[in-house]
Amino acid sequence: MPAGRSLFDKVWDAHSVRELPGGQTQLFIGLHLIHEVTSPQAFAMLREMKLPVRFPALTFATVDHIIPTDSQQRPFADRLAEEMLVHLERNCREHGIRFFDAASGKQGIVHVIGPELGLTQPGTTIACGDSHTSTHGAFGAIAFGIGTSQVRDVLATQCLALNRPRVRRIEVTGKLGGGVYAKDVILHVIRRLGVNGGVGFAYEYAGPVVEAFSMEERLTLCNMSIEGGARVGYVNPDEITFSYLAGRELAPQGAAFERALAWWRSMASDPDAHYDDRVALDGAAIEPTVTWGINPGQACGVNEPIPRLADVRPEERAQVAEALEFMGLTGGRPLAGTKIDVAFIGSCTNGRISDLREAARVAKQGRVAPGVRTYVVPGSQAVANQAEAEGLPEVFRAAGFDWREPGCSMCLAMNPDKLVGRELCASSSNRNFKGRQGSPVGRTLLMSPAMVAAAALRGKVVDVREML
Amino acid sequence: MAEARVERVEGRACVLRGDDIDTDRIIPARFLRCVTFDGIGEHAFADDREQAKGDHPLDDPRFRGASILVVGRNFGCGSSREHAPQALMRFGFRAFVGASFAEIFAGNCTALGLPCVTLAEPDLEALMDSVALDPAQPVVIDLVARTVTSRAGVAKAGLPGGVRQALLEGSWNATAVLIDAGDAIERTARRLPYVSGFPG
Repeated sequence: MPAGRSLFDKVWDAHSVRELPGGQTQLFIGLHLIHEVTSPQAFAMLREMKLPVRFPALTFATVDHIIPTDSQQRPFADRLAEEMLVHLERNCREHGIRFFDAASGKQGIVHVIGPELGLTQPGTTIACGDSHTSTHGAFGAIAFGIGTSQVRDVLATQCLALNRPRVRRIEVTGKLGGGVYAKDVILHVIRRLGVNGGVGFAYEYAGPVVEAFSMEERLTLCNMSIEGGARVGYVNPDEITFSYLAGRELAPQGAAFERALAWWRSMASDPDAHYDDRVALDGAAIEPTVTWGINPGQACGVNEPIPRLADVRPEERAQVAEALEFMGLTGGRPLAGTKIDVAFIGSCTNGRISDLREAARVAKQGRVAPGVRTYVVPGSQAVANQAEAEGLPEVFRAAGFDWREPGCSMCLAMNPDKLVGRELCASSSNRNFKGRQGSPVGRTLLMSPAMVAAAALRGKVVDVREML
Repeated sequence: MAEARVERVEGRACVLRGDDIDTDRIIPARFLRCVTFDGIGEHAFADDREQAKGDHPLDDPRFRGASILVVGRNFGCGSSREHAPQALMRFGFRAFVGASFAEIFAGNCTALGLPCVTLAEPDLEALMDSVALDPAQPVVIDLVARTVTSRAGVAKAGLPGGVRQALLEGSWNATAVLIDAGDAIERTARRLPYVSGFPG
């Protein structure tokens, strides 16, 4: 008896233009998002090949990685950053691509504005020259991070040449405890399945915990699929998805929305869908989770002792030793109580309004500890406007936090927001790689935004459940 | 618009041990503030090399001039930045041999005509040890025979079929291949109701 099909299979097959010799698929890309870092060289290649943009109406641009968060005033103080933005402006103008710049009031991190504008929709394929494109899978889209040559491919042909991945369904069962967030779930998934466990797979997230998640929580979950090695991660669309999309500026409106609903529903995984692999994780067992090492899989519960060299498998020992040495942490002790220097709330993982609300709930309870530098960076201008309407900047400022303009900021430190020396940063972002936050010896502890706010107030890592 | 066929890469190798080496380490984000890839090669592994004060494989005179980089598991994980393989290519590498590669990195390498081939871990260990002892030896990656040959012996090399074919045929610049689909691209677009806004 033939099994049903997963959303992944339906989307892949619907977008397949043809099979390429050797087994790759030529896949049509329904939405292409671009930004200033990975697109200038792609446009230059296009120019060199004398090719036009094939479907300019399907590409949208914003500026996020290099934009300063103290003031967005032009020209930027960083001449190189200014030059990148000038190139993006010119490329969008020349090719008729819609650009959500700061003046539009719709600027923000590319993975924050796609959903909030209603561009990100179920059953679609999405590509962007950024590995966190997996974020958009929260809507039941198949979304790929790509490199610059592939940005050129999409501009020139609206297609990519890809190997078809297998599909792994990850069910998170039970119910999360209080103070445990989507960020903790994805850190837990990566810890269990490994940072390369998802290579060659698309992840389908399911189960009662995921079904109960809001769209913003699903975005956080799918965002870090790539940290688990999976280029694609998605959640099947449901009523939560559809009600989020209703009325969004660039989502279908009126009768078209009704037609869209029927199509979106038809693209969800069948109940008897075939999966190449299945994993179940108990949501009730997930603790507030923090990374202790130099990759996102090196994580544990905030009160759990971090591993000692003697506890880990021999083949992991060298890596754990390197991580503990770099981080200056001692195996066998929990992270709770570790002194921090910097607190960063923001990024495409956790820079949305619900993240800021949770962090503000904690911030209300005290003041930032002396000596701790803070950055609260909304993910977009729309998020910033909503936060202002709710009085959140005042809450943060009253507690001594630095409220800033939207952008990627200290997630990757391409703008002036950087760690200095060996500073230790409690961060709501997605990567704790060596040097990631701008100082080659700077150190990062990944955690939920509420946990970051708690760490900022206490000056050290703390279990946020004590403060909720 | 066919590119050069990549059937074999022959040259000296450089051994870079360690797993999960991410693209932030290969090219730190501050070097992404550019609008061309020119000059990016000199910044490959900039921070790691600075920290190592000369004691980094890329600065080891015994590996100077190497065209093959031998790496561990999940090499190139993290950010999708093509600046990473661009930097390594401009530094002088023409191919990578490892236990496994992150998908986006491997895809970016293919788009530049740089093979990323995998070896079984015992074979990789043997290759690393052999090259570390005798860095002057020639190493040959043969995509036709799917082998990596060194003084450690002939090892069976892995490479996804489609990628191998694209490299062997010189069709690794995907734009040309994708354009060949012609109207089939527009026909696919018309089949997808969302592309035209769910018309009635």
